[in-house]
Amino acid sequence: MGKATRAAFGEALAKIGRSHEKVVVIDADLSCSTQTAAFAKEFPERFIQVGIAEGNMIGVAAGLALGGMVPFAASFACFITGRFEQIRMSIGYNNANARIVGTHSGCGIGEDGYSQMGLEDLALMRSLPNIIVIQPADAIEAVRATEFLADYVGPAYLRLTRQGVDDIHPATYRFEFGSGEELRAGSDLAIVASGGVVGFALRAAEQLAKDGIEATVVNIHTIKPIDAGLLRRVGARCGRILTVEDHGIVGGLGSAVAEALSEVSDVAIRIHGVRGYGESGTHADLYARHRLDAAGIAAVAKDFVWPERRAEAAG
Amino acid sequence: MRSIEDLEKIARELRISSLEMITAAASGHPGGSLSSAEIVSALYFAVMRYRVGEPRWPGRDRFILSKGHGCPIVYAALARAGCIDRAILPTLRQLGSPLQGHPDHVRLPYIEAATGSLGQGLSVAVGLAMAERLDAANDYNVYCLLGDGEVQAGQVWEAAMTAGKYQLGKLTAIVDYNKVQLDGHVRSIMDIEPLPSKFEAFRWHVREVDGHDLRDLLAAFESSRQATDRPTLLVAHTVKGKGVSFMEDTHAWHGKAPSKDELERAVAELTATA
Repeated sequence: MGKATRAAFGEALAKIGRSHEKVVVIDADLSCSTQTAAFAKEFPERFIQVGIAEGNMIGVAAGLALGGMVPFAASFACFITGRFEQIRMSIGYNNANARIVGTHSGCGIGEDGYSQMGLEDLALMRSLPNIIVIQPADAIEAVRATEFLADYVGPAYLRLTRQGVDDIHPATYRFEFGSGEELRAGSDLAIVASGGVVGFALRAAEQLAKDGIEATVVNIHTIKPIDAGLLRRVGARCGRILTVEDHGIVGGLGSAVAEALSEVSDVAIRIHGVRGYGESGTHADLYARHRLDAAGIAAVAKDFVWPERRAEAAG
Repeated sequence: MRSIEDLEKIARELRISSLEMITAAASGHPGGSLSSAEIVSALYFAVMRYRVGEPRWPGRDRFILSKGHGCPIVYAALARAGCIDRAILPTLRQLGSPLQGHPDHVRLPYIEAATGSLGQGLSVAVGLAMAERLDAANDYNVYCLLGDGEVQAGQVWEAAMTAGKYQLGKLTAIVDYNKVQLDGHVRSIMDIEPLPSKFEAFRWHVREVDGHDLRDLLAAFESSRQATDRPTLLVAHTVKGKGVSFMEDTHAWHGKAPSKDELERAVAELTATA
C-alpha cells in the first residue's frame, strides 16, 4: 500500500509554492488533515486561515482568483462541496481561476463515519458547466495532477483520499489531462475506475484472469472532461463496462461514463459504487461491505459477465 | 472633482434610468435601486478610480454589488460614466443582453463578480482585498455594497470576521440600510440591530451616515481611507424606494416593475425635486 493521495498533494503543493509565487492556500481549520500544513509552514504569508467557515472560504478563494492569485481551497470533500451554492455563484459562474480540493473522499475514510464522508461531491462538482474534475489514482498521479493544476487556468476540483492507496504508476509517470489511461487489456469486460479503487480494480482483474475472464482496466483521472473516445473504444471491444468508484452511485464516474456513451454506444454499463449512507468501520471492512475491494469488484464483474457466458455455453 | 450638486443631479438621473430600465424589462427591483442612488453616485463619480474603455485596468478600484438585485442603478451608473452604451439599457433582462437580471462578471466586464445569491459578496470582496495585499503589483481599494436584509446571512459574519482578523484596511463595506426587505420590514423579519456595534465587535471601523446625503457620504468614504489598519463599514441609513412617494418605505416595490403610467408619475416626481 502506498501513500494517501492527500499526502502526495500536500508535499507537491509545498514544492509548487517555491516556483509559483501567486499560489495561495486557504484553509478552514483542517490543514493537518488536508496536508496543506506543509505549505503553511513554508509560506505563512500565502496561507490564509479562515476558521471553520467553508462558505466564506469559497468566496475568499473566488476573490483571490479575481484579484490575480492562484488559490487552492482545501477541506474535506463533503464540507467544501457542501457549500455548493457558493461554488456555483462565486467560482463557477464567475469562471474564477480557483482550485477546490476535497480530501477524505468516499467511504474509505473509515471510522469517522458518514458525516465526514464525501459521497456526493462528484455529483455536485460535475454538474457545473466549467469546472474540471480530477481524481488521481495514486500518489505520483496526485503529485502530477497538483502540478498540472498550479498552471491550469480556470475553476477546478481535485478529489483525494484519506487512506493509503496502491501505487500503480512508475515515478516517471506523465499526467495527461483529459486522457483516460488503459492499464490492462482484455476483451470480456472493461473495468473503468477512478481514484484509490483503481488499484483494487487491477487486483480484481488478476483474480478474474484466474477464472478465465480477461478484463480491460481503465483509469479515469480526469472525470470532467471525460475521455469519451477511449470509453467508446473499450466499450466496442468488450461490450460491457463496469464502472467502479468510492462515491455514491448517483452522479459520479458511473454517471459520467453513461452520459458520455448514451448517444453513441449500445455497450452495457453497470455502475458500481457506494449505496446508501456510509457508516463507521475500518476502511477494509467498509470496502468489503460495499464490494469495493479486489474480491468485491471481481465478484461484481463475474455477476456481470457470467450470465451471458452461461447462455453461450447453453446455446 | 464634481460638486455635491452635480453628484445629487447624477443620483436623480440614475434613479430615472433605473426605473425606465425596469419598466422596459417589465420586471426587476426598483426599491433597492432607488435607495442606493446616492451611494452609487458617490462611488462611481467621486470615490472610485477606474478607466472608461479599460474594464480590466489593473489599478481600478473593485466594486462588488453584494445586493445583486440592485443592479439597475449600477448599470445606469456605468452608462452615465460612459463605460457601457446607454442604448443597451433597455435590453435589461432580455435574452442575449449583458445586463442580466443580476450582475454577470463574464458577460459584462465592468462587473467584478457575479452576485444575486445574497450573503456572498463580502467574502469575494475580502478575497480581492487579500489579493491586493499579497501581490505587490496590485494597488486598489475594494468597495462592497450590501443590502440590510442580506446581513441576516451567516456568511456575511464569516467574511466580517476574516476581514477583521486580517485588518483589511483597503476594504470598505456599505450597508444600504433601507429597513425593508422582500417580505416586510427588516426589524420584523429578523432584526439586525445593533448593527454598528456588531461590526465594531468584529474589529471594523464603523460609521453611520445619511445614505442620501452626499456630503455625509463623501466624508465617510474619506474616513474609510484614513482607517488603514481596519476594514470600514458605512451604515448608510436610507429609504427604500427613495424619491418616489408611492414606492417609499414599502416592500410592495421591492421586486415589482412599474407600469408605464406609474413610471411617468415617478419620473415627474423625480424631475420636480431637481
